[in-house]
Parts: sequence; structure tokens; C-alpha cells
Amino acid sequence: MVTEARRAPLPLLRHRPSFTAVGGVALVSLLAIWLFVNLVKTPADFVEIFLIGLTTGAIYALVALGYTLVYGILELINFAHGDVFMLGGMVSATVAGTVFGLTSGQSGVVVWLSVFGTLVIAMAFCGTLNASIEFVAYRPLRGAPRLAPLITAIGMSFILQNVGLAWKGPNFIEVVDVLPRSNVFSIGGVDYEWNKLIVVMITVPVLLVLLWLVERTRQGKAMRATAQDMDASAMMGINVNRTISFTFLIAGALAGAAGLLYALYVTNIRYDQGFQLGLIAFTAAVLGGIGNLPGAVLGALLIGLIQAFNEGLSWHAPGSDWTQSIVFAILILILVFRPEGLLGERTPEGG
Amino acid sequence: MARFSVLPRRHRGLLADQVARLQRRVLGEDPGPIARKTFDRALSAVFLAVLGLVILAPVFGLDASAFTAWLVFTVVYVPPWEVIPMVGRFIRPACALALVIAYPFYFDNMFTIPIFGAFPDVATGVYMLVFIMMAIGLNMVVGYAGLLDLGYVAFYAIGAYTAAWFASVQFATHNIHFGAVGVGPTVPGFHISIWLLLALAGILTAFVGVVIGLPTLRLRGDYLAIVTLGFGEILPQIARNGDRLFGTGFNLTNGPNGITPIDSPGFGNTLHDITGGILPASYQAAINSDNLFYWTAVVLVLFTIFCSVRLRDSRLGRAWIAIREDEVAAAAMGVPLMRTKTWAYAAGAFFGGIAGAYYASFKGSTFPGDFFFNISVFILCMVILGGMGNVWGVMVGAAFLSYLDREGLANTGAWLNTHLGMSIDVPLYEFGIFGVILVVVMLFRPEGLIPSARRKAEFEEGVHDEPLYDVSH
Repeated sequence: MVTEARRAPLPLLRHRPSFTAVGGVALVSLLAIWLFVNLVKTPADFVEIFLIGLTTGAIYALVALGYTLVYGILELINFAHGDVFMLGGMVSATVAGTVFGLTSGQSGVVVWLSVFGTLVIAMAFCGTLNASIEFVAYRPLRGAPRLAPLITAIGMSFILQNVGLAWKGPNFIEVVDVLPRSNVFSIGGVDYEWNKLIVVMITVPVLLVLLWLVERTRQGKAMRATAQDMDASAMMGINVNRTISFTFLIAGALAGAAGLLYALYVTNIRYDQGFQLGLIAFTAAVLGGIGNLPGAVLGALLIGLIQAFNEGLSWHAPGSDWTQSIVFAILILILVFRPEGLLGERTPEGG
Repeated sequence: MARFSVLPRRHRGLLADQVARLQRRVLGEDPGPIARKTFDRALSAVFLAVLGLVILAPVFGLDASAFTAWLVFTVVYVPPWEVIPMVGRFIRPACALALVIAYPFYFDNMFTIPIFGAFPDVATGVYMLVFIMMAIGLNMVVGYAGLLDLGYVAFYAIGAYTAAWFASVQFATHNIHFGAVGVGPTVPGFHISIWLLLALAGILTAFVGVVIGLPTLRLRGDYLAIVTLGFGEILPQIARNGDRLFGTGFNLTNGPNGITPIDSPGFGNTLHDITGGILPASYQAAINSDNLFYWTAVVLVLFTIFCSVRLRDSRLGRAWIAIREDEVAAAAMGVPLMRTKTWAYAAGAFFGGIAGAYYASFKGSTFPGDFFFNISVFILCMVILGGMGNVWGVMVGAAFLSYLDREGLANTGAWLNTHLGMSIDVPLYEFGIFGVILVVVMLFRPEGLIPSARRKAEFEEGVHDEPLYDVSH
């Protein structure tokens, strides 16, 4: 009886259009109109930019998944994640160029084997790095006030940036340009190059493996259980510390893969790029619903598209000067008005 | 939570036992509290003397001024001045203040600090004071109210640009003068007195703080951190791109070229003549320009300290601390969460704005490049190193880190390179060093170097800081 008495007024409230809903619909329709006008004006450019956006989005997805995995399990924004990604890019650049001796413009089977070898090394390196960061900087602070691990995360981020700075210096470093740039197809003025397709071709299997790992394996089950309730999973015999380390390992490995793809696709990298890209990827994770794996991928693709449209479209696009602001504005709007993200469910525990 | 101080505490315990034994031998079984405290202070003076004479002097050489400094310290610090009725408890702060004010007159006669090099010059002193102000402001948000603000640089930027807009030739189509000194009446642009602009910058920044805070303060701690970080990135980008705002052609911030020159503070010729030259007409034109800026900054810092301490002890400040310790309990006791948090934000922003405006006027320029995320972390690092929640600790942290930033790191780097035969560009890795400080302090001494007793207890016993509003609407 009591429950019903409490529920009675709710339907009335639900029919009132909220300011948030109206504003959101208005914003999205404005965006749609802007995109449509651009599509009509320059259709070929539009499709090409769309494909660029998907490619960047795929790289963002790998990084965003790392944020979402860690946040899901520890409720910690791992600020250092973006810098792990950056170091992954630097390791890839070094391994591909020095160890495997690739040179720009090279092609053939050697390239594919080398890229695959570099991928494995970068993933292993970043996974280990991320797990050690957890061990050094976050594990001793479990149970401390929430701000404490957040502050060490920022500290770790700066430390990693400076490791990159000490290693490669303050300027952009060139990465060997081995991904072929010939066209996959060229229809009606729309070109799709191989390097973009390869990025997607590497990303998709990695994502599938991750999904399989989280959804189908015993370890994945332990991860999900720990994310839901750390104490209860410990009581059920799950080794919580090992599960958390494993999560950081996976997240780092994803960042390593993203680092390799970014380095090969963009062909230059600098010590401070990780932090910025990390924030963008974090926005993507929040947009999709933090803690939600498909959400992170969706959010990353959307952010990639928004960035590409903003920087590429010709009709009334704010341009690359404003990319950062736009991404952060999205982040703030999402956090304030729909903190559970696009796909996230609002749970009693929140987050 | 013993893990925070397993090792240090054990050693501290041993040392404390020795000290207690010594104290019993010197003072007898039951000394009064005054005798005991005097003994402790004398012990620290002796410790400093031993450190200087036995450890540092043989390596780095001895200087007469170091001895003088130690003597002054001992005379001011050790004797139980507080036993003098009425004035006793003011003697130590008054002496400290006198030493700070007199700094421009004796700093270049001081000894060379081992490894760190010479004492900072007066311009660095102004820089340190400005950052002390900002750190005290951020401490109100992070230390008192427990809200992590990663975008404090935004308030610094707003303060600096307020000074730049209203005291420069930026808006040359207007010609409005009000109390500005050192600018001819025909010079175009807004020229408002810097004194007024300091207040205006504070109020404007506090207002922006409220505007940012109102929608975001409902979020839980880490979401709030990321939203403030977002604002801290957006505002400088607006400053960078503000010379052609969205294609309207309106030049708001002059883009990457920044706004320069900015008028200097001063009291005008009339006051200068009336007071017989005591009050300077214009700081920039004066011979001892840096000293004037320094003394004014001291006054501003005193004002900030006063406000900070009074706010902490007020009803509002106690509400901040209650929220920091337990939001649910505070709300249950009738503390209005949103309003209290918003005030914390506004108060912190207010001092950030004043500091920004003052620093812009001191430098005579403002550039978007001054307002990176790094600066937010820099100020946060000061608060954390010094001890969250404690004004004095935060001041020490701010003074030390801003000194490192301006002179210390370069000096230390030079010393290391010459004496250890390395060739490392130490200032280049400044933020890596700050990162190490953040991590090390949080791991081993989360309450900071000079903690407030209350904050320390929170870190050691843990707090119940589950938020009441969980990402709610």
C-alpha cells in the first residue's frame, strides 16, 4: 500500500516536458540540420569526412574502453590512461622503426608481420605499465577518501608525460609511414584509403576479443562481479586484487593497441598528446555511459564523427580551433543533464 | 589506516621517546605547558644549528648572514613571548610580518642556501605571493569543502583578462578613463583604476564560479573534478581564439598575441603630492617598482589570510568542513548542500580572480599561454603538499613550489649538473617533479607537510564520504 501511495503522482510528473528534454531535442535537431545542409552542399566531402571520423572514432574507442573498464571496477578516473596510450605509441614507433627496421613506404608481408609483432609488444608493454601503475599508485589508497587516488592519478599522468619527454624530447617524433595509402574504393569522388580500413580491421577483432573476455570467460565474470560489489565478490572467493590488476592489464593493452594504430595512422606523436586524447576518450566513455562497454564504443564513434565534422565540413563548422571546447562542452552537458550517458542505466548505486 | 605511516611513525616513536627522556632530565618531572613548549622550540633551534654547523657548513661553507638569520629566528621563536600579558601573543606574528615586509632590503645580503642557491629576488617574491593567494583560494574549495577543482586556472584567467580589458588599449573604440594612473587622457580604451579592477575581478570571477558551480556541484567528487577540468580547458581556448570570435570579427582577447600593456596600479599625482611622496603615483614609473608590487601583494595576501581564517571559523566554514567529512550527516543536520558548496566555489574563485588581476597588472600583459591545465595542477600541488585545509601549510607549499618554479629548479639543476657531472635540463621536467610530489605526498603523508589536525584525523581514520546526491537531477 505504501509503495503504491508513493508511486501514484509519478505519471503526472512524467508528462511534463522538462527543460532538459526540450533543450536536448533542440540541440540535436540543430545539429541534424547543420549536417544535412552540409550533406546537400558537398556530398562527396561529407562521406569522406564521415569515413575519417569512423577511423578516429575506432582509435578513441580503444582508449575509451580502458577508461570505462577501470571506472566500472574502481570508480576511478584513471588520468594516467591517456599517457599510457602515448607511451604505447612511442614504444610502437621505436619497435617498428628500430627493432623491425621498417622504413617509410615499405610494403610486403614483412610489414604485416612486423606490424603484428609491434602490436603484441605495445599491448604487452602498456598492459604491464598500467597494471604497475595500479599497484604503485592506486592499490595503497583503496579505502582512502575518494580524492586521494584521483590526485595520484593526475600525478602519475604528469610523471608518464615526463618519461615520454625525457625519452623522445619535446618535439613531434616521426613514425615510419608503412600503412598503404592506396584506395580501397573510389566511388563518385569518395576515396577510402587502405590505412583507414586497416585501423578498423585491427580495432574490430580487438573489441570482439575484449567482449568475449568480459562476457564469456571466468575472469570476465570475476571482473563484472567485482565491479558490482567488491566486498561481496571477495566473500564469494574472487581474488579482488588480482581481478583489478587484470582489468588494468586489459585496459593498458587496449591503450597499447590504440597507441600503435594512432602512431601508424597519424605518423607522428609527441609526449603531451596522450593527455589531450585521453580526455577526449574519457568524454567518449562518459557520453556512451561510463562502465558500459558498447556505450564506450558508441560514444567514441560519435566523438570521432563530431570531431571530423567539426574540422572538415565547410559550411559553418567552428573548425579545429574549437574541437577541444566542443568536446568538453559535450562532456559537461552530458554530465550535468544525463550523467548515465546514452546507453547507461541509472542504477541506485549511480555511476 | 595504519598503512599511511607504518615506517615513519615507528621512527617518530623512537625519536619522541628520546626527546621525552631529555625533557624530563632538563625540566624535571612535571613542567608546566609553557616550559614544555619552550623546550620544544629550543630543541628545534638547536636542531637547525646542528644542521647548519655540522652538516651543511663543512660542505657548503659558512656565512655570517646565515648565523644572523639563525640568531633572529632563535630570538623570535624560542622565548615564551606569550607569557607577556596583552601584547605577548602578537610578538611572533608581528616579527614574522616585519621580516617579510623588510625582505627587499636584505635579500641580496643573505647567504646562499645549499643546493637551492641564492634567496629569491623581489620579482620572484611577488610571484610567490600571488600564488600563495591562489593556493589559499583553492584551499577553500579543496581543503575546506573537499571539492576537487581541476580548473582553477579558469578563475586566474578571468581575473587576468578582467584587468586586461578594463586597463589597456584593447577596446580602442571606447575612451573611458576612471582613476587610472600613468596613462594620458587621450589614450583610447578602457582605463579603470587597478584598485577597482581588483575588486571587480574578484566579484566577476566569483560570479562565474557560481554560474559554473550551480549546475555542476550536484555531481559527485570525481565528476565534479572532470567538469571543472573541462571549464579549465574551454576558457583558455576561448582566450586563444577570442580575436575573431566565431567569425563575428569582434576582438575579445586579441588571441595568442595577448593583451599588453596593462596599466599599472598607483595612487595618482594628487595623493602622491599630498602625502609628500610616500604614496607612489604609479608603480611602473617608480624606481623601486618591484618593491611596491611586493608590499602591495603582502597586503593582499594578509587580506586573503584574514578572510580565509575568518571564513573557516564562521558558520559557513564549519558547514564546509561538515560537508567534507560526511555529506549525508551534514544534510541531515540541516546544512543546505548546494548553497554551501556554491559559496565555497565562489569564495575560492574570488581570490583566484584577484590574484589573476593583480598578477596581470604586475606583468603588464596577459597571454592565453599562461593558462594551461598545468597551472591548475601546479596550484593543486601546492595545496596538497602544504596540507589540505590548513592555511599556513598551504602558504608554505605555495611559497616553496612557486619559488621552485621561478628560480629554485633552475638553481638546483645547475648545481646538480656542475657537481654531479650531469647534463639534465631540470626545469624541463618541472611537472614530472610535481607529479612525483603529488603521488609521494598522497601515498605517504596524505595530510600534507603541515596538516590541520582535523584533516589528518580524516585521512587516518577514513571518512564516510559517500555523496548524498548520486549523479542525480
